[in-house]
Amino acid sequence: MVDRLLGRSKERPATPVPAPETPADPRDAVWARVLLARNARRPHTLELVAGIADSFAELHGDRLFGDDGAIVGGLARIDGRRAVIVGHQKGSDTEENIRRNFGMAKPEGFRKAIRLFELAERFGLPVVTLVDTPGAYPGAEAEERGVADAIANAIMVMCRIRVPIVTVITGEGGSGGALAIAAGDVVVALENAVYSVISPEGCAAILWRTPERAPDAALAMRMSAADQLELGVVDRIVAEPGEGAHADPAETARRLRGVIADELDRLAALPPDELVAARATRYRAFGAFDDLGEPEAPEAAERGGLADRLRRALEPVGKAMGGLGTRDGREGRDEPPAREEV
Amino acid sequence: MPITLPFRPRRESYPPDMWTQCPGCSEMLFNKHLDKALRVCPSCGHHFRISAPARLAQLLDPGTFRERDPGLVSRDPLGFVDSKPYTDRLVGAQTATGRKDAAIWGFGSLAGHRIAICALDFTFMGGSMGSVVGEKVARAAEGALAEGVPLVVVSASGGARMQEGTLALMQLVKTIAALGALRAAGLPYVSVMADPTTGGVFASFAALGDVNLAEPNALIGFAGARVSAGTIAEELPPGFQRAEFLFEHGFVDRIVARSELRDELAALLDVLAPPPAAGVDGSVRRG
Repeated sequence: MVDRLLGRSKERPATPVPAPETPADPRDAVWARVLLARNARRPHTLELVAGIADSFAELHGDRLFGDDGAIVGGLARIDGRRAVIVGHQKGSDTEENIRRNFGMAKPEGFRKAIRLFELAERFGLPVVTLVDTPGAYPGAEAEERGVADAIANAIMVMCRIRVPIVTVITGEGGSGGALAIAAGDVVVALENAVYSVISPEGCAAILWRTPERAPDAALAMRMSAADQLELGVVDRIVAEPGEGAHADPAETARRLRGVIADELDRLAALPPDELVAARATRYRAFGAFDDLGEPEAPEAAERGGLADRLRRALEPVGKAMGGLGTRDGREGRDEPPAREEV
Repeated sequence: MPITLPFRPRRESYPPDMWTQCPGCSEMLFNKHLDKALRVCPSCGHHFRISAPARLAQLLDPGTFRERDPGLVSRDPLGFVDSKPYTDRLVGAQTATGRKDAAIWGFGSLAGHRIAICALDFTFMGGSMGSVVGEKVARAAEGALAEGVPLVVVSASGGARMQEGTLALMQLVKTIAALGALRAAGLPYVSVMADPTTGGVFASFAALGDVNLAEPNALIGFAGARVSAGTIAEELPPGFQRAEFLFEHGFVDRIVARSELRDELAALLDVLAPPPAAGVDGSVRRG
């Protein structure tokens, strides 16, 4: 058990292991993945880094406020390649989880990531990000220090830097807190990782009005790695050993090491301009919509009925009386008034 | 044979009452007066939410707005169903608003400044950002870049649209990348945050203005109270995440009453992007 936690498992399956048994009900199946992704014994970032990198020197602090234990990062060598690694860090026991805030980063965590992304660019080092978070910390202090600003800026820096970025979703890809370090050139996911726009509990709390419907939300959001591959959000899935990554953390890290090295080499071959352009193209393409073109009829109010004509006729009077009214005259008043939620 | 009344059927979607009770001061307000006051309570200054068309009408010079891409509609990429299918919700919102989705973008003049503008509409599924809203914000930024004009985005949104899953989440990157290009070109972007601006909208384009403006008392925050309560067992204190709170903590430049918004924007644009006619040096922009 301790061996497993520390990634010292001796078992190393020689052949690819069949996928974990999948419950017949799709709702149970996706929920089983969510639970696997959250499994406390699942190898977390530092444990994986120990297996992925030959050396790793962790760097601390955002230079603005403090050091967030929920995001770790530093300088690494991966099979001889130099890189900056940044990842969310969950704890493997209660004590560590309190210190790591369960992998829920605060603004200083995202700003540490920004600092490391910029450092990577200055030294021409590729970036590897390991994503495993329930989401950004949704508490009061995070709001006070500008968690939204930190996330938005982290994404903006990821869009801009002229070095390769390989993102691996290793566990939970929870919403904006995950995306803040997940806007890579390529996005890899471990087989049992999940990725969603909001936690299934949060989604259920809003749409079903109770967090207990989280499994329904998980199914509806199609948050499994396989679904994300289908949607194009994830580019590549790495199979997990045995029942899941926790069954053999060392083997999981070994598999990731190969894939990361492979992707780093592929991206390193691209000139920086092409690299950044390809990244922009990757994210520009996301969206599922149709264009029905211009509406067939012009603005209905142009033709209008008697009521409209009367209103238009009376408009100058209203304006003359100093009404601030609608400037356009034909906009605004045909809309049902916005409803105020009290 | 159907009888055609001289009133358009959309009138039926008006609430039957002509009065609105102000949630700020409980005053009963005559809707017509409220409209004239830009839907700001005359007695307590409470800013009611307004639709995107109303917003554009308030900000832009009359008759100058040219909408782009009005026909973009979501495809329901996940086949999402909660208590009812996402497609039903979309159709319901389209019927109620007469719009295809929760954003309008186009070009117009604001006190003589030609700008690209995008306004989000809270009345359409809470202004949530799915593929269409993200696309329109990105196109507005790209349009501003192509024409070399400033960008104004007025946000009123609960955040990313859950019904489009991670594709909605990817809109954060898409919109931010487009703003990055605008920033690199030295073109100004003013973000106006109306009630509410939360979640993924706040954590993407809304937070990233060269100048961030907010309407008084607008709810602005990353984590919704209901999300927080569901995910971690902590109720956020009341009065939290309001525009004034953001201002106090340094994330909003100015809190601007709706009646002042157009003039404030004009004054900002006068400095950030003086129109060519404003002076010989008008062509010199930062960046």
